[in-house]
Amino acid sequence: MIREPLIFELSAKGKSAFSLPKLEVPEKKEILRNIPLRAEIEGFPRVSEVEIVRHFTRLSQTNHCVDIGFYPLGSCTMKYNPKINEKVASFSEFTSSHPFAPQDIIQGNLQILKRTEELLAEITGMDAFTLQPSAGAQGELIGMMIVRAFHEEKGNPRKIILIPDSAHGTNPSSAHLSGYKVKEIKSNEEGTIDVNDLSQNMTEEVAALMITNPNTLGVFEADIMKIAQIVHSKGGFIYMDGANMNALTGICRPGDMDVDVIHLNLHKTFSTPHGGGGPGSGPVGVKKNLEPYLPFPVIDIKKEEYFLNFDRPKSIGRVRSFFGNHSVIIKALAYILSLGSEGLKEISEIAVLNSNYIRKSLENDYYLKYKTPTLHECVFSDKFQKEHGIQNIDIAKRLIDFNLHPPTMSFPLIVHGALMIEPTETESKRDLDLFIKAMKQISKEAKENPEILKSAPKTAHVRRLDETTAARNPVLRWTPPSGKDKQD
Amino acid sequence: MYPEDFHFTKDHEWAQIKGETVTVGITDFAQKQLGDVVYVELPKVGTQLEFHQSIGVVESVKAVSDIYSPLSGEVVAVNEELNNSPELINQDPHGKGWIIRLKIKDETEVEKLMSASEYEKFIEGIED
Amino acid sequence: MRYISLSDKDKKEMMAKVGIDSLKRLFSSIPEELKLKKSLRIPPPFSEQELLRYFDSIRSQIKYSEYLSFYGGGAYNHFIPYTVDYLSSRGEFLTPYTPYQPEVSQGTLQVIFEYQTLICQLTGMDIANASLYDGASGAAEAVLMAHRIKGRSKVLIARTLHPQYREVIRTYVKNVAITTEEVAYSPTGEIDFQDLEEKIDKETSAVVCQSPNFMGVIENLEKISELARSHHALFILVVTEPISLGLLEAPGKLGADVVTGEAQSFGIPLSFGGPYLGFLACSKDLLRQLPGRIAGQTSDVEGRRGFVLTLSTREQHIRRERATSNICTNQAWCALRATIFLETLGREGMREVAWHNIQKANYALEKLVQINGVKRRLKGSFFNEFVLELSKEWSRVEGILRQKKIIGGISLEEFYPELKNCALFCFTEVHKKQDIDRFVKCLEEALE
Repeated sequence: MIREPLIFELSAKGKSAFSLPKLEVPEKKEILRNIPLRAEIEGFPRVSEVEIVRHFTRLSQTNHCVDIGFYPLGSCTMKYNPKINEKVASFSEFTSSHPFAPQDIIQGNLQILKRTEELLAEITGMDAFTLQPSAGAQGELIGMMIVRAFHEEKGNPRKIILIPDSAHGTNPSSAHLSGYKVKEIKSNEEGTIDVNDLSQNMTEEVAALMITNPNTLGVFEADIMKIAQIVHSKGGFIYMDGANMNALTGICRPGDMDVDVIHLNLHKTFSTPHGGGGPGSGPVGVKKNLEPYLPFPVIDIKKEEYFLNFDRPKSIGRVRSFFGNHSVIIKALAYILSLGSEGLKEISEIAVLNSNYIRKSLENDYYLKYKTPTLHECVFSDKFQKEHGIQNIDIAKRLIDFNLHPPTMSFPLIVHGALMIEPTETESKRDLDLFIKAMKQISKEAKENPEILKSAPKTAHVRRLDETTAARNPVLRWTPPSGKDKQD
Repeated sequence: MYPEDFHFTKDHEWAQIKGETVTVGITDFAQKQLGDVVYVELPKVGTQLEFHQSIGVVESVKAVSDIYSPLSGEVVAVNEELNNSPELINQDPHGKGWIIRLKIKDETEVEKLMSASEYEKFIEGIED
Repeated sequence: MRYISLSDKDKKEMMAKVGIDSLKRLFSSIPEELKLKKSLRIPPPFSEQELLRYFDSIRSQIKYSEYLSFYGGGAYNHFIPYTVDYLSSRGEFLTPYTPYQPEVSQGTLQVIFEYQTLICQLTGMDIANASLYDGASGAAEAVLMAHRIKGRSKVLIARTLHPQYREVIRTYVKNVAITTEEVAYSPTGEIDFQDLEEKIDKETSAVVCQSPNFMGVIENLEKISELARSHHALFILVVTEPISLGLLEAPGKLGADVVTGEAQSFGIPLSFGGPYLGFLACSKDLLRQLPGRIAGQTSDVEGRRGFVLTLSTREQHIRRERATSNICTNQAWCALRATIFLETLGREGMREVAWHNIQKANYALEKLVQINGVKRRLKGSFFNEFVLELSKEWSRVEGILRQKKIIGGISLEEFYPELKNCALFCFTEVHKKQDIDRFVKCLEEALE
């Protein structure tokens, strides 16, 4: 295995990878007379184009990715990323449009945004969408701000957001950023929201309940209408974290379940590639009564021409520069159009089938804390394996030796030693069976040969990494070895 | 296993009282749950703390935990060693891994705390 | 459907294993009354050919590339070396997940580590994060950061900070206990130091300014940082055109505490405004308040060097409501593109490109001010953008230029009502001499 150095370690004077045409205009040597200028960018690399291509190609080969194999990561919906969507998003008309361009010459861009909003509204049963949020977390924040703006206009912003103890970490942190305190709602023995606990905690000081449906255990919150009624009766809103939308497309719609605000993750349900950590897109959908508070600009249409509408007096304001993660949105639009309504329904059906197949196959090997029926994901724990000194992290690291990516770990918090598995609908039975086989073997190894788990992984590019030292003595950038400095 | 002269809280802090001052830390159970400690956020000397007010935070690689004051009082000392060696909390949680020392305000608050044997029973009962 | 990989036989076997006779049973946990009774009103599936035809018809409604354009204002048209598209489109870079399992993500993590290093080198700061959404959210996060660090309620923001960034900061701080106050600009376009001195006090947690600012003018960073320091406030510098750092001294050397902004200029196409790339760098004592993901170097059990995401306890998935930020998915793939771009340009290339930008802008200015009816407004030193004041209404001039297939600058009056008939123009290395000469000629004609 070639160990790839840092680019700075390959750098040396005399090498370069760039090319520029001649300057053409008369050169003025005396420029910026009173401004501090730099002699050079210290430490910046100098390598050839060949070295750049090899460097990144080799680095890429040490990554697992969806194009290689699956990621059974609960709550992440790491489905296949269709290639035609990449092609379409790369059309130069889309990539070269400057955001300040006059609206009449970039109508196609506005049309894309409007059409996507319409389709997402139809899929979710909501009335209006904004495509501005750059990710789910930003969508949550915007959703919370919209809720707050509504309450503020009524005279009392209220103080509290209710969040189930099974929620994703972005939920409470987004609530906090919008100036609310968080009160946790307990889950019952089925893993769903304890309606009594909700009832007791729902007051007129609560601005909203943030709910994920199906929840992070993969269980559908069947009491959703009752829950909505409790919250609405005291003037609060239902915010739905739409991260698990992959279980519901074409089956049921959040808007029909009395949800008031929702965010979606285009990089989850709508197949846009995860890119190693973004860019994503987190559109927010609202019901009519919250529509005036959407961030500006909004895309409207007048006499068959699309335009950006900044005249939105009740808007929460601007939440990002320009309009949204445009190329990500294009990919999602292409995806929705490629699927059609039958395709969207098929997503949920197969996603739920795949997940339940795994669940049924492993239910004797791993502990299932909640026996409730699950949809597109299920959560096991390391309870059986703990008896032999094995934790979920050891199981995860051993899966790597089977060339499989581990499931989501240690989340939700209500299951200790959690292993959250979401295969998505794009996986083949063969890949699912490979995963099941590996998990069964690992369960066996935990009893008979725990050492092999503790020392895993053995076959990956690196073995288990020391995360403790990384946090205790952080080294967050390359620095030139002393004495070398500007010479290189 | 847990020192007899220590008192304990439900949030896994220990308190060792010597006259007017109490030394505070987190228990062996807590440090095991947290994993390798990487950072401790310490309060300033002179801070006034109420019973169960947050003293600061203990961070491990994968988790963060608030430390709550077992008694009310004024912070008279903090364990500066933890800045360079947070691992002391893992290695010697009841000794060198102490976190702060308080001057006690109200001795009667000690009654709210658990004894060593009560604490041991308490952690046995915690679902795993 | 071609994105599903189950055969008819597979489905039968799997349904048998699960114990159901129809797929409908999978949803028995959902109350019947909530289920859709009819299909969604979405057109039937598009085949690949139909999809291409659909998008062809949409893109035919975009005429942008027919025009010669001089737009800047936070989004810059720079040449992107082909290595960036070629390498970043590899499936191993486009389709992996966030590198939470470092053993199978060393590629992503090493790229982030290199990216962090490059940002530190450019800005002269100690540490940088793995990216934020865009420059605007970077500015907002920096303001929230300053508030957490200093515990003070006021932030002073230069009026010449990008108008959209100021709006975003306002939205973000609305619900936390922070008030913002704007600082005026002087006739040169630089920050008005008198106004700044009057407004800064012990309630100020930070001074936020942009350089080159929205007017294209380069600020006196040393002077601003001295003033901030004397009041124990943080100096937050926002950079929307970081190509300028190829020439200008590193802000870290001039006293900035936090440098944040937009790295779209580093290999990210204009794409109608997104996805872009926010960066944030700071001094090492602010490490624990740094929002966003960070990659760190470490070693494995055999002593080999490797990289991991670290200091995760700052983040939402652990700290939850007390996290430094709620950010989860960020802009990692854009940061990858920026890394390839910066490494391709390299030490000399960055400087050369910056040099071309400033030379072209200077050449353009010299020619433009010779036109009757064109004046330079706000005469401070500039990099690749500057403001011109015209003798006629900009909207009229703009219309005439449009007919000559020229678009851009950006009208300033809508953001700064006092700057009537003023527009912001940007010149980069992609503009040929003949483009600039044609623009000068057409503007002259438009003003006759």
